[in-house]
Amino acid sequence: MIPVLLIAIPFVCGMLSFFIKNEKSVKLWALGSSVMTLAVLLLGMGILKTNNDLYANYEWMSSFGSSFSVGLDGMGKVVCLLTAIAFPAVFASTWRRKYPKPNNFYALMLLSQAGLIGVFVAFDALLFYFFWELALIPAYFLCSIWGGEKRIAVTFKFFIYTFLGSLFMLIGIIYIYTKTPDQSFALQSFYKAALSNGEQLWLFWIMFIAFAVKMPVFPFHTWQPDTYEQSPTAVTMILSGVMVKMGVFGVLRWLVPVVPAGSWIWGDTVSTLAIIGMIYASLIAMRQDDLKRLVAYSSIAHMGLMCLAIFATQQYGMQGVMIQLFNHGINIIALWIVVELIERQFNTRKMSELGGLAQKAPALAVLLVIVALANIALPLTNGFVGEFLMFTGIFNSTVTKFNVPFTVAAVLMVILSAVYTLNMLQKVLFGDTSRITAGARDIRFNEKLVLVVLVALIFVVGIYPRPMLELTQSTVDTILSRMILKHP
Amino acid sequence: MNAIILSAIWGVIMMFTGILVKRRGIVGMVGILGIVVLLGVNIAEMLGMPFFHINTRNMLVFDSFSLLFNTIIFSVALLYFLLSGKDIEKVGADVADYYALIFFVLAGVSIVSSYNTLLMLFLGIEIMSIPLYILTGSDKRNLKSNEASLKYFLMGAFSTGLMLMGIALLYGAKGSFNMEVIGTGNATVTPMMSAGLLLLLFSMSFKVSAAPFHFWTPDVYDGAPGVFTSFMATIVKAAGFIAFIRLFKGCFAEMQDHWQLVVAIITAATLFIGNITAVFQQSVKRMLAYSSIAQAGFMMFAIVSLNNIAMEGLLFYTAAYCVATIGVFAILIRMKDYTFEGFNGMGKHHPVLAATNTVFILSLAGIPATAGFLGKFYMLSAAISTGKLFWLVIVGIVCAAISVYYYFRVIQAMYFKEGPKQVIEAGKGFKLLLVLAAGIIVYLGLFPQTLTGLLYYFL
Repeated sequence: MIPVLLIAIPFVCGMLSFFIKNEKSVKLWALGSSVMTLAVLLLGMGILKTNNDLYANYEWMSSFGSSFSVGLDGMGKVVCLLTAIAFPAVFASTWRRKYPKPNNFYALMLLSQAGLIGVFVAFDALLFYFFWELALIPAYFLCSIWGGEKRIAVTFKFFIYTFLGSLFMLIGIIYIYTKTPDQSFALQSFYKAALSNGEQLWLFWIMFIAFAVKMPVFPFHTWQPDTYEQSPTAVTMILSGVMVKMGVFGVLRWLVPVVPAGSWIWGDTVSTLAIIGMIYASLIAMRQDDLKRLVAYSSIAHMGLMCLAIFATQQYGMQGVMIQLFNHGINIIALWIVVELIERQFNTRKMSELGGLAQKAPALAVLLVIVALANIALPLTNGFVGEFLMFTGIFNSTVTKFNVPFTVAAVLMVILSAVYTLNMLQKVLFGDTSRITAGARDIRFNEKLVLVVLVALIFVVGIYPRPMLELTQSTVDTILSRMILKHP
Repeated sequence: MNAIILSAIWGVIMMFTGILVKRRGIVGMVGILGIVVLLGVNIAEMLGMPFFHINTRNMLVFDSFSLLFNTIIFSVALLYFLLSGKDIEKVGADVADYYALIFFVLAGVSIVSSYNTLLMLFLGIEIMSIPLYILTGSDKRNLKSNEASLKYFLMGAFSTGLMLMGIALLYGAKGSFNMEVIGTGNATVTPMMSAGLLLLLFSMSFKVSAAPFHFWTPDVYDGAPGVFTSFMATIVKAAGFIAFIRLFKGCFAEMQDHWQLVVAIITAATLFIGNITAVFQQSVKRMLAYSSIAQAGFMMFAIVSLNNIAMEGLLFYTAAYCVATIGVFAILIRMKDYTFEGFNGMGKHHPVLAATNTVFILSLAGIPATAGFLGKFYMLSAAISTGKLFWLVIVGIVCAAISVYYYFRVIQAMYFKEGPKQVIEAGKGFKLLLVLAAGIIVYLGLFPQTLTGLLYYFL
């Protein structure tokens, strides 16, 4: 029941939002809907924990062997929690932002939330594909209507990239479906599909492209910085905080356990691509002057690390990926909130035009420093837990001969990330105030509230990660048992 | 049987209405009444109540496939009449004649959906085509319409010639027109059989505008009055495909290995040419003409794979494609400006039209939760389950991604660009029907078995 509600609440509320013309009330409505989603999820994680509550299966397209099968397992809970936290945070922090046609804006935001949660709870491949696309359509409209100057061309590129990727995935899904023993799209039947090693060899890529575009992994990343830059910041937060997690999530649920031999064969290739992407994105991030582009490239780098850790196929690394799915979402949303604040106040995102904000806005400065330190994985922050586990996993990996070089590259990425993040802090917060920042004021209550909550989460997960690690333990075991099973 | 006889009779009734009734509105009402009656009697036949007991000597076979197809086509035609009836009346003076011709086309459609001998195929195709030549040229004062009509007639006559020669060769090889006779004993393929097969393949490809026999399509679709383009691109094209798949299933299923590659190449060419040319169009009407070629490419997947999924899928695809295309055309023909710029700012000035148009376009592009997606899903499944032709599937999805480019240009124009307010005549009833059509598309996209289940429910 819980997962059905998680999809239904944002969907129904989103549909109704189209008809609420008053700006104030539609904002309240959207915030209320997203808080209710969070409440239902917490209810499901805390109180109604039986399988009856967390899993649901309804007949749907029975002639294809597809059913409306949804559920919340450990990994699902983590990403759903991220989604459920992200939306209220976005709504609250952008409260003062004025949009033309606010009813449509908030309606589309809620619809995309419904799509995202659908992706995370689907246990049926066709259903997963439905939601995968449905999350994309609202995002397309959001970026194209409310985005920056070059929005139409940029968003279109983004759309075609992901659409082509997902069509390839569709072929993979149909092919695996024809090989399942009971002609079904259920995840469990996908596990049982009789796939020879030769088939897995190409199935891996045909499925991986869709996820690689979303993550994005080098060389499928070119849509990302442009799209992030051109989208309205509220949408960018969702895109980078939650939507890119669809890629990692898809790999973990629908790729590596379903085609384990393919994953094993191509593991080193994908890892190499991930490393190239990480280093490349970090180097570009160092040269950026635009805050939005800097965060965008930093996101590519961090997602690359997660990709690397997945293909290390190791207990700790996998746990690290799970927890980092959540952490990276929280950290990057917090970063975007700061970028949005700066942009709204000074009408510029160029670091060279900013400076000295620490004197003018001390609260903002403190919060930004904490978020930035979490982004470079300093101990006590959540980023440290996730990235440390991932390093351990990559270093101890038994499936690859190159574990040491991979680890070195990963550590190098973190060092580079420290370089550009600290450089950003220095340019934005310290030094003399510039002409633009001379009249700066500190952040308002709603923004402070959201940032404080996110920073609190950063510390809680950083100091006491155990509950979250326990949550994902069983999912990790399932995935690893599938992956290691097929190793020669 | 019900549908064939009644549609022919109703065509005659329509002609007399033209003489007896002078008010145009009433003519339209009689037309709508006719299509409702047709739909009713066809459903009655599905439920096992044929009104006419005529021994066709096995020349016509009314199985669940053909009857369900008729039901789909009549429902779509009803939608078409309701949405575009007013526009039919605007084409010229002879409204009743247009309706009569449309009913004759429908008689042809019901024959090609149920033929069992090649003679009937030939008759059906001709009954279907000749009224179309006239309808294409019905805008008599427009030079483009005349040119289109002549072009269509010449090319159509040529392809009919090819078809007759093919049929003659098959008759020479087997000594019968009956498809069951022609379809058996094809383990070894004689030259006469393969020559007949090729000629029939070419002529059918012409009828469904598959490349490289598609050159007439853009000119004819562009030149004909918009309402009739909508009719030709949907109902007639669907009928062409049903004839196509019945022919190949009935006569050539046994020798599939011999022709599969040729048809696959035709399919790939159709997809490529249709999609790539559509990208460069400036007029939405012409874009839709090329898009209909591209969609034909997808329907060709059913012919290539020729299995049960393909049969089921073709019916579904037909329904999805027809409803969406009729919807898009219904809006387009009420606009003054057929270019992409004409759609600028539509989202602001006509929110209902723009929203429903978006659903139709998303369906044509094959986005999930619309019927168009499941149609493509069926076609891809059919091809994948043959276990061969993987390259064709890849071509298919690359082309589907290209198609997003030109379909979404319409959406971009409607929502993301500013434009002056255009006068579009759209009453409450028209809008309601569009919403209904969009609802059908979404409903079929979520619950396809309501339609495909019927295939196994009756008879």
